[in-house]
Parts: sequence; structure tokens; C-alpha cells
Amino acid sequence: MVKPENEFTWHDIETGTIVTTPGNASQYRTGDWRSQRPEYTFERCIKCGICAIYCPEGCINQNEQGYFVADMYYCKGCGICATECPLYVINMVEEVE
Amino acid sequence: MAKRVGIETSLAVSEVAAACDVDVVAAYPITPQTHIVEHLADLVANGELDAEYIPVESEHSAMSACLGSVAAGARTFTATAGQGLELMHEVLFVASAMRLPVIMAVANRAVSSPLSVWGDHSDVMAARDVGWIQIFVENGQEAVDNTICAFKMGEDHNVLLPVMVNLDGFHLSHMIEPIIIPEKEEIRRFLPPFDYPLPLHPDKPVAMGDFAPPVIFTEAKWAQEVNLQKSYDTILRIWKEFGDQFGRYYKPVEEYCTEGADTLLLTMGSFSETAMTAVDSLREKGKKVGLIRIRLWRPFPFEELRKAVDGTKTLIVFDRAISTGGPGGPVASEVKAALYNLPRKPLVVGFVGGLGGRDVTREGFEEIILQGEEIARNGSPNEYEIYGVRE
Repeated sequence: MVKPENEFTWHDIETGTIVTTPGNASQYRTGDWRSQRPEYTFERCIKCGICAIYCPEGCINQNEQGYFVADMYYCKGCGICATECPLYVINMVEEVE
Repeated sequence: MAKRVGIETSLAVSEVAAACDVDVVAAYPITPQTHIVEHLADLVANGELDAEYIPVESEHSAMSACLGSVAAGARTFTATAGQGLELMHEVLFVASAMRLPVIMAVANRAVSSPLSVWGDHSDVMAARDVGWIQIFVENGQEAVDNTICAFKMGEDHNVLLPVMVNLDGFHLSHMIEPIIIPEKEEIRRFLPPFDYPLPLHPDKPVAMGDFAPPVIFTEAKWAQEVNLQKSYDTILRIWKEFGDQFGRYYKPVEEYCTEGADTLLLTMGSFSETAMTAVDSLREKGKKVGLIRIRLWRPFPFEELRKAVDGTKTLIVFDRAISTGGPGGPVASEVKAALYNLPRKPLVVGFVGGLGGRDVTREGFEEIILQGEEIARNGSPNEYEIYGVRE
């Protein structure tokens, strides 16, 4: 979106609330919903990528070292990655930010 | 020039929808609307109408298919009645909020239970707040004319809203009347091709029907409301253009013998024609009565109504639906709301009648007017009166 949602007036609403820039949901910061965040113990990680496959937000990507890490802009803290990880690499802790 | 022919109103509505060159019809048959969609199916099957006819499995699907069809930029028509309108209910809100001008004829029917296939206004009154433009017609000619106008109104770029043309089930839908169905060429001169501004197209992708968090929802609803209110001027302009070309003019509030009337009866739909004969009869007997008919139910014609009833002592409102446990008839309560804050206003007496196909004759309306005047003089213990119930 061009400007933040809370600056939108009713005049700015497109006809029928149509979104003319498809894919702009990627700008939506679902990370705001998080009450828990994942912490990683990479020593145990075998880089299998199961966490990335199960992530419902699709926000887990490989970093430069090849480890799978959640993008905190989108991560809702659901903990599915922690549950699915076969080697208990991921531990959910309280989000304090 | 088109000739006047004897034809059932339902068939005339289908003929004129076809003459308006609809691209898609998605509909489910339900009495008393069946003849409309059945005849359209015939026209498509016979190759007389080049359109997609989608035989869906329910009214919910009918309206959903219509949304997709308009979103792709196709001129779209459907029809329903009674339970069918109720099954469409949630999708009706979506059509208006997404600004998709589906055009729909509703052959108004009572809503179960007890099961009734016969006419009254309880179906459309339950769909009062869905954000559609809602027109009530009184005879076959008006049904035809307003179907043509509905396409032009709904599809206008300043409007882009779905339009419901309400015609009373059986009393009107099944009536064979002399009707002029304008020629295709005449309609083409009046009604431009449908040009939806943001259609679904792979070259210019858009997302429709998205979610809105609390930070946006109020703005979205207000934009929709302002748009429906503003459609009023376009509706008037299109009725004027129709009148100028075809010689038949329509107004949001129609008046009959209101000059110098102390008492006005207010009706909506086909019973208005019977009510006119009752007014004639009472005028002959020297009573100063007149008739107001609301043709445009949404957007509500506040100013026209206030002007029409100004100076009248008693306003008797006749409803063909009950808001059960509430103030009686929906039309009466809206009329009261429209007049309440005025310094000078008539006393409003509400009557409910004509439910589930029950007829109200000329004598019946005379009785209603006289009883209404009596209540205006002496009061009544009731919030509203029910007409014709056997005690």
C-alpha cells in the first residue's frame, strides 16, 4: 500500500474495495500477531527443511549458512515448526518485543 | 415501433431481459418466478438469445455465479422469489459491497412457514438492508420498462450497484396484460453496452472480495453507503431519459389524486392499482382522499415522500409484510421515521394485509381508508391494524 492503512479515508477506497495491486498482502505484517517466538539450537539442525514445509505462513527460508529461519515480519509464532522439527532444534519462547 | 401485445408479465420480463442482450443468466426456478427463468432458458436453448444459461443447484449458487459473471464484465440477469431470495441472502450483501451490478427480478412471495407460494412482501423486506437498489412495479408495463432501466442504472459508472425489480408474485407475475415490449434497436439506443471498469482479466490482475481489518471496514462501508445514496440522482436521470425516449415516465414517489387530500393512503407494488380505484370511488362520494405509491424503496426517497404528504392530516400506510414483534409493517415504520422530526406531519396509521396471496379488493381499500380515518380521530390501542383477519 502507498500509505499506512490508518491514513486511508473513505475517499481512498477503490470501487467495491477492489485491490488493484495484487499480492499486496505481502506487505501485511502478520508478525504483529506473535505472542511466542522461535529460538534455534542450530548445533542439532540437519537442515532437513521440514519446518519450512509445515510453516503455514510460508515465511521460513534458508539463511547464508543453510539453516532454516523464520522471517519475523511474518512469523505469527504458531509453533508448528517447533512441533514438527524431528531434532528439537526450535524452542518457542515468550515474545517480549 | 414496438406493438402492444397480450403477454404474461413473467414472459414479458424474460423477453425484455433478452432484448437487453444479457450475456449470462444464472438462476434457479421457484414459484412464482419460474416462468421468467424458464422462458429465458427456452430462448437460450432455441438459439434466440446468445447467452450463457447456468442451471445452478440453488439460489445461493445462482447469486454466486452472477457475481463471478459480472466481475468478468458480463451483463447478468437472474430472478427469484420467497425462500429463494432468503437462500441468496448472504450473497446479496456481497454483490452490493463489491459493486457488481447483477440485475434481478423478484416475484415477491411469502416466506415459510406455513408454506405459501403466494405473494406478499416478506421476502424483500427481509432483504431490505442488503445495499441493492430496490424498485417496486405495479403492472406488466412497469415491470418491462423498469427491467430496461435497471440495467442502465446498475451499470452506470457512477452507480455500479445491483438492482432488484420487485413485482408481486401471481398478482403481477402471472397476469396476462397488454404490454409494449420495446424493440431491440430501441433498447440499444437507450442502453449502452456493459463496460465494467475493473473486470477480472489476466492482463490486469485485481483482487476482489478481500478482507478488511477494523482499520478499513468503516471506511469501506461508508464509501458503499455514500455511493448508494448518490445513485439517487442517476436513477432520476435514467427514468427521465427513458420517459423522453419511450414516453413513459417514472418517479420515486408517485402521487394520485393527492390535490387537497386530507387523507392519503400509501401503498407499494401492484395493489396500488386497486387502491387507485378505491380512491376514485371515495372521491366520487365526496371524500378528500388520495394515494401515494413508493416506487423506489432503496435508496429511500425521503424528500419526495415528505413533499408528497405535506399538508395531509392522516397518512394510512398499507404493508404486505409484518415485522413480527416489532412496529408492524416495515414500510409504515420507515415512513414514520422519515416524518418524525418534521414540525408539520400527518398522523401515520399502519395497516398490514394482503399476506400470503390474500386479495385486497377495491371495497377492502375503501374500508381501510375509512377505518384509518376513524383511528386518526379516536385512536387505537394497537401499534398497527391487521386487515381482514377473522376474529
